[in-house]
This record gives sequence, C-alpha cells and structure tokens, in this order.
Amino acid sequence: MRAPIGDGSPYGVASPAAPERPTPTIYALATGAPPAAIAIVRVSGPRAIAALRALTAGDLPAARRMTRVRLVEPTTHDPLDDALAVVFPAPASVTGDDLVELHLHGGVAVVDGVLAALGGLGLTAAGPGAFTRRAFDNGKVDLGQVEAFGDLVAAETGTQRRAALSRTGSRLAERVAAWRAALIGVRSDVEATLDFADEDHVAPDLTPSDRVILSALLVELASARADADRAGRLRDGIVVAITGPVNAGKSTLLNALARRDAAMVSPLPGTTRDTIEVRVVLAGVPVTLIDTAGLRESDDALEVEGIRRGRARAASADLVIAMGSEPAVPSAIWVEGKSDLGPCGAGWRDGALHLSAMTGDGVEMLERELIARVGSLTSGEAPLVAHRWQAAAIVDAVVAIESAIGAGDAVVAAEELRVATHSLARLVGRVSSDDILDGIFARFCIGK
Amino acid sequence: MQHYDVIVVGGGHAGCEAAAAGARIGMRVALVSRSAGDIGMLSCNPAIGGLGKGHLIREIDAFDGLIGRVGDAAALQFRLLNRSKGPAVQGPRAQVDRRRYRAAMASAIAAEANIVVVAAEVTGLTTSGRNVTGVETTVGRLRAAAVVVTTGTFLAATLHHGRATSHGGRVGEAPATALATAIAALGLPRGRFKTGTPPRLDGRTIDWGSLDLQFGDADPTTLSDAAVAASPPHLACGMTRTTAASHAIVRAHLADTPTYGGDVVGRGPRYCPSLEDKVVRFGDRDGHNIFLEPEGFDDATIYPNGISTALPPPVQAALVATIPGLERASIVQPGYAVEYDYVDPRALTPALMVRGRPGLFLAGQINGTTGYEEAAGQGLIAGINAARFAGGDEPIHLDRATSYLGVMIDDLTTLGVSEPYRMFTSRAEFRLSLRIDNAGERLTPRGIDAGVVGRDRAARFAAAQAKRDAVRTLLGTLAATPAAVARGGVAVNQDGVVRSAGDWLAHPAVDWTIASRVWPELAAVDPATAAVVAVDARYGVYLARQAGEIAAFRADEALRLADGIAFDRIPGVSPEMAERLDAARPAMFGAAVRVAGVTPGALTSLLAHARRAA
Ligand SMILES: Cc1cc2nc3c(=O)[nH]c(=O)nc-3n(C[C@H](O)[C@H](O)[C@H](O)COP(=O)(O)OP(=O)(O)OC[C@H]3O[C@@H](n4cnc5c(N)ncnc54)[C@H](O)[C@@H]3O)c2cc1C
Repeated sequence: MRAPIGDGSPYGVASPAAPERPTPTIYALATGAPPAAIAIVRVSGPRAIAALRALTAGDLPAARRMTRVRLVEPTTHDPLDDALAVVFPAPASVTGDDLVELHLHGGVAVVDGVLAALGGLGLTAAGPGAFTRRAFDNGKVDLGQVEAFGDLVAAETGTQRRAALSRTGSRLAERVAAWRAALIGVRSDVEATLDFADEDHVAPDLTPSDRVILSALLVELASARADADRAGRLRDGIVVAITGPVNAGKSTLLNALARRDAAMVSPLPGTTRDTIEVRVVLAGVPVTLIDTAGLRESDDALEVEGIRRGRARAASADLVIAMGSEPAVPSAIWVEGKSDLGPCGAGWRDGALHLSAMTGDGVEMLERELIARVGSLTSGEAPLVAHRWQAAAIVDAVVAIESAIGAGDAVVAAEELRVATHSLARLVGRVSSDDILDGIFARFCIGK
Repeated sequence: MQHYDVIVVGGGHAGCEAAAAGARIGMRVALVSRSAGDIGMLSCNPAIGGLGKGHLIREIDAFDGLIGRVGDAAALQFRLLNRSKGPAVQGPRAQVDRRRYRAAMASAIAAEANIVVVAAEVTGLTTSGRNVTGVETTVGRLRAAAVVVTTGTFLAATLHHGRATSHGGRVGEAPATALATAIAALGLPRGRFKTGTPPRLDGRTIDWGSLDLQFGDADPTTLSDAAVAASPPHLACGMTRTTAASHAIVRAHLADTPTYGGDVVGRGPRYCPSLEDKVVRFGDRDGHNIFLEPEGFDDATIYPNGISTALPPPVQAALVATIPGLERASIVQPGYAVEYDYVDPRALTPALMVRGRPGLFLAGQINGTTGYEEAAGQGLIAGINAARFAGGDEPIHLDRATSYLGVMIDDLTTLGVSEPYRMFTSRAEFRLSLRIDNAGERLTPRGIDAGVVGRDRAARFAAAQAKRDAVRTLLGTLAATPAAVARGGVAVNQDGVVRSAGDWLAHPAVDWTIASRVWPELAAVDPATAAVVAVDARYGVYLARQAGEIAAFRADEALRLADGIAFDRIPGVSPEMAERLDAARPAMFGAAVRVAGVTPGALTSLLAHARRAA
C-alpha cells in the first residue's frame, strides 16, 4: 500500500492513516439504582436507533414521540419489559447523536436485562460524564455549560442548584458573543487605521466612540468577575473562621453553632491542636465553620504547626468570628462568648455580640447575623461565571482592555485588544487551549 | 527532450521569483513563458510594496529574492507608509517605471546562469503515476523533477469591456486554455475570481496645475535593505477625487457592466474594489480618492489608481471627464475586468505542492491571491521547495510566527480563499515581532540553510548581525538612574531605580537620541542597527509575552497530522466536524485549531489523537 514515491514525506504524500475506531454508541442507566418506580436507560450514538430496532424486534416509534414498545432480548426474543421509548434523531438531541431513551419498569431484573441486552449488541457502557462529553464534542454545549452541568449534578442545596442551572443555558455564551462583537468592532476600527492609512475615511487611533464602548465593556466585565467569586462561594460554600486567644470559648461556640460535638471541648488551654471543621447550611449555602487553634505562643512543635495552619485558614476565610477581643479586620464579627459569667446577659453592646456558648444564650442572634452576612456574600442575580479559569480569563481581558485604552499607540492598542479577544474566547472555551481542556475534563470525568 | 531540475511555467512575479530561487540553490531551471517580454510585466498598477505588502517584499529580500532589488532599480518615488504609526506596521512602497522594471527583471533573470528562458506556451503536464514529471509545450516536451505553475489570471480567462466579452488573460493576450484543461483533468478543486484595472490616461492631457501633488520621501526607505541610498528619483503623483457626477454616470450604466449586468460569476477583491462596487456599496460617499500615478520617466501614460472599471469604453470616457483635472484627459487604453479560474489552495501542502501530486507546485494568483508581492512571496517558497524536492531534501516550512510569508501560506492552505487574498498587517497575530527592520534577522539564517542566499548577502548579514549582537550586549551593561536620564532632557518618574539602557528604551519618552545623550557611546551606533535594537527594546514587554504565545503555538504546530488522516474515524469527531477538517486538510494540529467552525470538543479529540500518534 505504498504511494509510488515520497511515501510519508512531509511534502504531503503519505499512506492513509491506520483505520480508527468509529464513534462508539454508549448506554447507561440514567436514573438512580433500582428498584424504583421507573428506570430510564439512555443510548446515544450512531447505532442507538439500530439497537432499539433490535430490542423491539423491528418496531420503531416516530421521532420525538413517546411510544409504548415491547422490549425483547434480541437473540432469544425473550420478553424484557413493556416500556416507553423516545427516539431523538441526530442532531436534534441533547448529545447531538442519535439518542434513544427507554422508560422501563424499575425492577432490578428488568434493568439488568435491558443493560445486558445492549451490551450484547456490542454497545459501550458509558463512563462518567460520557453523555455530556458527547454533547460537547458535537458542539451542543460550550465548556462553561459543561462546567455548569457538573455543578448542577453536584449541587447539594437549592441555592446552589439555581446558580448552576442558570449557567447551563447559553446566557454566558450570548453575553460573551456580545462582548466579543463589541471588541471586534473596535478592533476593526483600529486595524483600519493601521492597514488603510493612506486610503479614504479612516478614523484616528481609538476613536471617542471606541473608548466609550471599551469603558462600558470594562464595567460589564468587572461585574462578571465579581460573579465568579460569588458563584465560587455558592458552589464551594463559605468559610467562617472562629479566631481568638486560647480559651476564649471558640470550640464551645462552634459546638453551639453546629449543635453537635465536633470539637473536643475542655477548659484546658491548648486542647484544640489543629483546626476543626464543621459543615452547616445557612440560608441555603453550605458554610464551613473552622475552629482555629488558639492564638498564643507555644514551644510545642505540634501546637506551633496547628497555630500556623489556623492563621492561614483564618486569613483565607470569607468571614471571621473574632472572640475575646476587638478584631483587627473590621468586617469580622466580634463576639464575647462568656456572657453567662457577666451581669448583663446576651446582646449587642459596643460593637460586640455578647453571648454564652455554654448556655446557648445569644447563639440565635449570632446565627441570624451569620445568615445575613452569608446572604450578602452570595446573593444577587444568578452568576454568569463560576470557575477560577473563567475569572482568570476575565481578568486577562480587563487588563488588556485597560492597557489598550492607555496605550497611546495604535499598534500596541491593537495588540492588547487582540489579547482581550483571545481571553474572552477562552471564557467559553472557543479557543482550544490544552490547559483549559485538560483541566476541565480531568475534573469532569471524576463523577459526572 | 530537454531535462531540467525545475520547470517554472509563467514569467510573472511568482514565476520569476520561483525560477531565481531554484537557480540560486543551484538547480537547472527552465522558465517557460509565452514570450520573453512577459518577464517582469506589471499587469496592473506601477507600484510595488505598501502596508503588509512591503513586509512581504522585505521577507523575500531576506531570502535574497528579486522583487525588492528590481523595484528599487526601477523606482520613481519611495514612500514609507504609516510613518506616524509604530514601526511594526510601517511598509515601504515604491512607484516604479514600468519599462525599467521589466528591463531590470529581465536582466536579473538573464544574470542567473542556471536559468534557461523558453518562449513557449505550456499546453499540458506529463505525469508518471501520480508524479508530475514535466510539461508539454508548443516547442516540445520538457522534463524535470519538479514543475512550478504560476500562470496568474490566465487559466480559462475571460476579459470584459462593458458587456463585451472575449477570451484573454490580460489585454491583448490569449488565455491558457489547454493548460486549464490539463489542470482540470488532475481533478483539482477550482473556483472563479475576477479582478479589474482602470483605464490608462495620456498624462499630457491632464490639467496638472489644478491638482495637488504627492512627492516621495526625501529620506527614502527602499524596498530591499540592500539598496544603497542614492539620491532619490522624484516623480510626483497627482491627487483628485470622483464627483457626484461620476457616481451618477456609474449608476446610470451599472447594467452595462459585466458584474452588475450578470456576466461575471467570479468574486472580486473586497479591498481593491472596482468603482462600480464602491458606488454601490458606499453610496453615501460624495467622492473617492484617485492617485494619478506616472508609469515611467519617459512615458506619458498615467495610471489612475482608484477607478478600476469595466464600464463600456465610451462610458469610461464620459466618466473620466467628470473628474477634476481630467476634464480633457484622453484614455490610452480602457479599463477592463478579467475573470479567471483559481485552484483552491487548500489542495496544497504548506510546501505549496499539490497534495497527492508529487512534483507539482503552484504559486501566485493561480492560488486565489491578488497582488505582485503575494505572488512573488509564494513564488519564492514554491521555487525553494521545488528545488529541494528535486534535490531530495525536506521542504522548508515557515510558520505564522516567523513571517508574513508563513501567515499567507497558512491562511491559504488551511482556510482557503473566499475572495482574492491580499496581505494585511492585521492578518499576522505576531505582528509586533514581524517587522521590516528585522526581516533579515528572522529569515536570512533560514535562507542560508536552504542555500538560497548568495554569498554577498550572507556576508552582509553576518556583519550586521554581529553589530546588532554587540549593541544588545551594550544596552544590557549600560545603566542609569532616573536622575541621569532626566539630565538627557526627558521627564521620567524619579523613583530612584537604576535601570539598564535596554529597559530605559522601553520608556515611551526615551528614544535613541535621548539615550545617546545619557550614554554617549550609543551615538556611534549606525542608524540601521539602532533602529532594530531600539524597536525591540520599545516593544520588549509585548515581545516577551508574544514569545510565550509563540512557544504555545509552536507546541501545537509541532503535532503533525498524518496526511491521509481519516478525520471521520477519530472518536469524538462528528461527521460534520470531520467534513470541515477534511476540506481544510490541516497539516498540523495548530492549523486545525484555525479551521473555522471546528468545535473545542472535536479539537480535544483530535489533540488526543495527534498526541497518541506522535
Ligand atoms: C487586469 C488585472 C488587474 C489587476 N488588478 C490588480 C489590483 O488591482 N491589485 C492588485 O494587487 N493586483 C492586481 N492584479 C494582480 C496582479 O497583477 C497579479 O496578482 C500578479 O501579477 C500575479 O502574479 P503571477 O505571477 O501569479 O501571475 P502573472 O503576473 O499574471 O503572470 C503569469 C504569467 O504566466 C504566463 N502564462 C500563463 N499561461 C501560460 C502558459 N500556458 N504557458 C506559458 N506561459 C503562461 C503569462 O503570460 C504571464 O506572463 C491585476 C491583474 C490583472 C491582469
């Protein structure tokens, strides 16, 4: 099978590549583990419809119409189930492939029988994320949407669900398309001054109207950037660190908030050697409460390490509850935890919330305060972007646009605007970049 | 039967450059054109270079090519375009004397002992299996290891003067009908384009006194960097504009033009539109600029740049009379349009060889481009690669990060063309790195490796490079405080930080003159060296960032895709994506990324495949 000459040469005369595996047809149980009232099995790929034909011994329902079918084992013709089937021919399906959904009676034997029959037809059992991956491969969803689907599947609370759901649509893609269009409009003006300098009717470097467009774009990008922080908190939860000197009552407070015995509470200084974390849900947002090791000088190596870690965690927390003394960070909530030992009882006095973690007096007030704070950290319109790589792309675009505005040299402005366009394209994964793609699928394939 | 190493078909800009490159490499080359007078013929305007195009010229020059040197020899004025913009987008342009250009090109070709000029029409290609092994001509068969076809607008060409059509590739010249049939028989995908040219005027009938004149630069930037600055020749161009009356005439006669009358199917260049197109598309404008370009020192013919038209000749006369200064001008030769076949350049490898047709190279307007410089650039690369093919060597490949030549070839071979392709600086993503001042530094070493650079240029390059290196070292060692720089006469931020001369030159206020005051040793550096080094310093930050992008880009480029790769059999590549990739046949992963409409998903799958195969 050699070409006459120059076989394999970079002049482009090479033998055809070795045959490749064609796109496999994948199948999986899409609903929870049987037994259940119903179980849905999905089949996607070039052989999906043929597989249904084999399972129904020839009958095919009309496209996109749920139809009652009698499923049989393809070789033995043993009955498998009296089921409902829907066929979505490519490309108008979620995956972009031919897609078949079988709505079965949710018994263990029924489901196993159907799955075994599909496997017997030579189809491939789908791995995690395989259907979404097919949708991505077929250009049905962009990377941002893929990420959002992942978040949706992982959502634990209603607020998280709503945030993820809002990103599974094409809202981001539409916004990015609009930003890109604005940017490309400005770029064409700039490029025209560079490439058609000696011809008719060309604008000066960055016209006033271009500057207006760019400034408006910066405002929108800044708000999208803030979205990413907010969405990150929504998805990953909020970290609240409880700080304060040793024996200020941090562990007791943590337990009161968690209403369970998470930390070992003892009156001896230095019991909490390391950080203790407790997850609670406040206002629909997962909140991680961290009890840091007491802040005091120590010679004990273990304890020193605990203190170091505690400080690091507290430094990166979204919110700090400072116990026992007026906090250095003004945004921290100042709590005095031993109101049962004083005469005035629980309540806000001089900027501090006095409560007794021991008796529970005033803990409600703290919880209300926390809910309010968590709410303001996470509320607002549903976020447009949610991931660090997206935030980074926005920041790159913002920096580039700012530099373009300040460039004073059309060539440099053009270069910065090119970088900005590239960054925006990255936002929806339109530009292939190994890092983004590799990173996303590495994350995505774990459980989705 | 005559045997050569390389046969070049067509003596236009692409053909001359291809033949000369092959000859410099040491191959025996036959340059076959219908008449020896074809060599160095400028079909359209008497000017070489410009924005983007001037970059191509300097790059061809860096490979010791002809077009820059010949253009300089024939120049009647030089202008550096974009003088007020950054150095990355400045392009040299020359108005040339049409006859001198032809004479200079003919003598440059004659000076190459390895070139035999054959005056004949090529009527067919000879093949052995899939290999192309020679040509049939009106004077017999010629054999060679490689054939470069550069027939410009001549394939199946039709001329249009108004609604009158005739067969021809250029006014007064027959089309290449037999060769068009032979190319069609190879099964190459083809399309149809059109282009046009304005009427030529008798300069003695123009009222020059009423017109503004445009002179060349007093301190000229030549096309070739080898040119010695002699006292610049000066012929002025006149400037005028079309009027509402001109537009009314065009509108009244649109139906009499081949395009709007419906005779032409081919698409014309958007960037060099006919006056008909300008009037239709920009109906709100009250006038369009016209440059009246002299065709020679002792030739009264004037080329009115800006009014390319295929109106019927009597209407052209009426049209010209509506233009200020041209009221009494007489037309020497009417404008016309030409429609011709081009070959879809996606059928070519980045070496400009036809895929699956070893030995057959295509270059120039036949590949869907327009312009002398674009043609010459492709001719150079096809000529080098044809010579290397004949000699059994690997082709040279210039990627987008090296040059405008690389950008053009990548655009053509991966994206194809939807209108006649012309170079612009905005096509180059690494524009700040691809400048006329560093063309030699970027490309001459590649040319030396390929054996296409003559001894003189190689020696000159080595000397210049040594100077640049020395000055760069010097800029790294010289340093100054802000106070010292301020004493040089500029306001800089007094932050007390000592910076190197190189870093100071990145400051917009610090130019070479200022730097020479701060460090007197810099005053002795010759201007050419200072220019490159200063620009590198000025764009330093951006160049560093681009270097990172270039590295990432090269990593993608390094992943070659097998030529026969079956895209439809790669898991994860949908049939639709496979079809797009198949049409573009990207030679490497990086090129696949640039194919329009290919989804990130398909690219990930392709990337995985390419890595596995690598
Ligand atoms: C009417 C017209 C208008 C143009 N307008 C513009 C413009 O506005 N702007 C612009 O940038 N460019 C314009 N051009 C294009 C520019 O002239 C070309 O792009 C450039 O000359 C192409 O170079 P080339 O080497 O590919 O072909 P050419 O310079 O056309 O050379 C082709 C050569 O091949 C020879 N030849 C053809 N067939 C055969 C054969 N079978 N056997 C032997 N010899 C053969 C021909 O005689 C000719 O010498 C125009 C061209 C024409 C003809």
